[in-house]
Amino acid sequence: MKNTEKTNLAERNPVEDIDQIVRRHNVNRGATIPILQDIQNTFGYVATEALTRVSDLTGISESELYSIVTFYSQFRLQPSGKNIIRVCHGTACHLAGADKITESVMHETGAKAGETSEDGLFTVEKVACLGCCSLAPVVTVNDETLARVTPDKARALVIESRDAEKEKTGCKGECQHGKPAV
Amino acid sequence: MGNLPYKVRVGLGTCGIAAGAQKTYNAIVPLLEAQGITPEKVGCMGMCYNEPLVEVIAPDGQSYVYGSVTPDEVETIIEQHIVGGTAVQDLLVLSPVGDTDDQPFMAKQHRMLLEHLGKINPESIDSYLEVGGYDATKKALSMTPEEVIAEVEQSGLRGRGGAGFPTHLKWKFTRQYEGEQKHIVCNADEGDPGAFMDRSVLESNPHGVLEGMLIAGYAIGATEGYIYCRAEYPLAIRNLHLAIAQATERGFMGKNILDSGFDFSIQIREGAGAFVCGEETALLMSIEGKRGMPRFRPPFPAEKGLFDRPTCINNVETLANIPCIISKGSAAYNTLGTETSKGTKVFALAGKVNRGGLVEVPMGLTVNEIVFGDLDLCQYDHKLFKAVQTGGPSGGCIPAALGDTPVDYDSLKAIGAIMGSGGMLIMDDETCMVDVARFFLSFTCEESCGKCTFCRTGTKKMLEILERITEGKGKESDIDLLEELGKKVIAGSLCGLGQTAPNPVLTTIKYFRDEYMAHVTDKCCPAKQCKALIRYEILPEACVACGLCKKQCPVNAISGERKTPHVIDPEACIRCGLCVNSCKFNSIVVTTGAPEPALQ
Ligand SMILES: Cc1cc2nc3c(=O)[nH]c(=O)nc-3n(C[C@H](O)[C@H](O)[C@H](O)COP(=O)(O)O)c2cc1C
Ligand code: FES
Repeated sequence: MKNTEKTNLAERNPVEDIDQIVRRHNVNRGATIPILQDIQNTFGYVATEALTRVSDLTGISESELYSIVTFYSQFRLQPSGKNIIRVCHGTACHLAGADKITESVMHETGAKAGETSEDGLFTVEKVACLGCCSLAPVVTVNDETLARVTPDKARALVIESRDAEKEKTGCKGECQHGKPAV
Repeated sequence: MGNLPYKVRVGLGTCGIAAGAQKTYNAIVPLLEAQGITPEKVGCMGMCYNEPLVEVIAPDGQSYVYGSVTPDEVETIIEQHIVGGTAVQDLLVLSPVGDTDDQPFMAKQHRMLLEHLGKINPESIDSYLEVGGYDATKKALSMTPEEVIAEVEQSGLRGRGGAGFPTHLKWKFTRQYEGEQKHIVCNADEGDPGAFMDRSVLESNPHGVLEGMLIAGYAIGATEGYIYCRAEYPLAIRNLHLAIAQATERGFMGKNILDSGFDFSIQIREGAGAFVCGEETALLMSIEGKRGMPRFRPPFPAEKGLFDRPTCINNVETLANIPCIISKGSAAYNTLGTETSKGTKVFALAGKVNRGGLVEVPMGLTVNEIVFGDLDLCQYDHKLFKAVQTGGPSGGCIPAALGDTPVDYDSLKAIGAIMGSGGMLIMDDETCMVDVARFFLSFTCEESCGKCTFCRTGTKKMLEILERITEGKGKESDIDLLEELGKKVIAGSLCGLGQTAPNPVLTTIKYFRDEYMAHVTDKCCPAKQCKALIRYEILPEACVACGLCKKQCPVNAISGERKTPHVIDPEACIRCGLCVNSCKFNSIVVTTGAPEPALQ
């Protein structure tokens, strides 16, 4: 259950990274979305500063970039938590009780859907169909897909990754481990 | 052991992995190694409900499929079957000798498109070449583009993306228009939440789709193809990238393919999470790097599409059918199906069904045959089959009473549903049809791009009414209002999203009006799903006061001392249902309707 340890903007030289991304894609027409996707993959989200830089390099206005980023639900304008839990709310999962799964995940993490938990460990998202509909309800934790999830299993998942995190950092939960630096 | 060794295949599609196939595979590798066998990684064979699947091919070529194989069971299978030579009957789901409970699931199918799924290794072009891969390309390149189009015309193939437009016509139109550069675009956005045919095909047989695109490109005169794949399918994207690289290396892609003089290359674009981008003009906008807003047609993409060049957009399944048609010939295809709907269609069964997965059947089989096959159970866990939704948020529901309707483009249209892309959601008596309508509408309302007023505000108003009804605040006139608004949204929308969004509402009203009425007049949800109309209660005589439910309740609505039956405070209860799941003694019941509990 690899978590999303994205390099944050402060640690690396973000401008250089962005320049590279733009250079890599700009050979293709209509590369705006792949550029933004790559930025999100690198940093975990698309910062306003990143949009400014892309605008400088490509000549696409910042407002247009912003309109694209807000149109597509994939883009995140805020940093995410260390682990991203996606609960599928597609039709099959809805029929199989996705609401209960989300309820259970929200209860355990303390984060509402679309938000990040206080301790910065979990971002909870609702998504529409992950393509495993015959094994509903489906949840993904970072890049792992889990099928036939029950509210209990979902809760156990959260507890498990929280414990793993505590083990790693040696903290007992009082610090803001993993809370992304902004 | 005979002369030929055993072969072992492990299904590692997304559904397999989700069910734990990676662990099963990891357990199998060292044990098989000891026998000198390397297991093959294959994709999804469609029996998703039985994942993880392990197939053992005996030296005589007979296939034995084991289902729901846990890492612990791996040893038994290897010991008894591969070393000992006797199949482990208890774990078999498909057997060459004797019937298993799952035999009918496969027996009802006619696999052309899915033929290689779960049989070949999607990460290896050699695996595809062994089963005749790229033969269709060779054949097509030896024909003229016109001959290719004629063959597709003969086959009777219609678009599998939902609208059912004849594929050869689209190709012919795109070919007709002048243009230095033309494009073929594969629509792999699979927006219908609850459908997964395209995902399985892309993941498990990526070369099949590439071949389809290549042949389409040749037929229309396009040298550049795009695959627009939703980002939620990372494995599909990965396997496609791999397949493109391998095909290019072997000369099936790139310049002067197989010395034919034809150049063709493919780029992959990842979707960014917008349902409307499945609509063809919006999809093109998205590839161009803009917001995915549908535009007015004409001009059709065949004339002015991607970057204003002639463009043909086809669905994954449409394209994956092409190699079958070319290599087997159109006659093998058009003899299947009905008068106006030829060939086979892949359906993704999910929802309240015991055997959820992919089935490929000739067009024209009835709903009952597809969903239940010979297992004429019409039941899911002893609950009653109530309806099937086809076409997802754009489609309609088919009530159980119409289960004998043949599934083809025209018959479905006649009863208010649509073929859609192949998703079939099965619903039982614990599914509330008003809630289903509300669910679909909240989806389309959220996904409306906002361009057309009726789609933007009309769906919102309809959603508000549906929410009102599910909350027990509806009026009888609301049902008529929904129908009226629905018709207006259909008439006043530019693209298919708005034109079809009211369908789930209109068909559920048509076939399940009494359920709407129960919500409106009796303030009761017969399926016991609508939160505002149900109550949770603890049966004092069944409660053992274990306290589990109390612990699970997120709002502390449950109280009770040790050894005394617990009670739920209806005021505080948010009806999340977590307590019911936690109770091991079935002592928590759900009631609806009149406040006096009418327990059955
Ligand atoms: C709102 C909306 C969403 C759509 N989503 C998809 C989709 O996810 N996949 C798809 O193949 N077609 C989708 N379509 C249909 C496409 O617009 C188009 O008709 C299809 O890709 C054409 O391919 P075909 O002729 O091979 O069927 C959608 C249409 C609409 C109006
Ligand atoms: S509906 Fe949840 S995976 Fe498809």
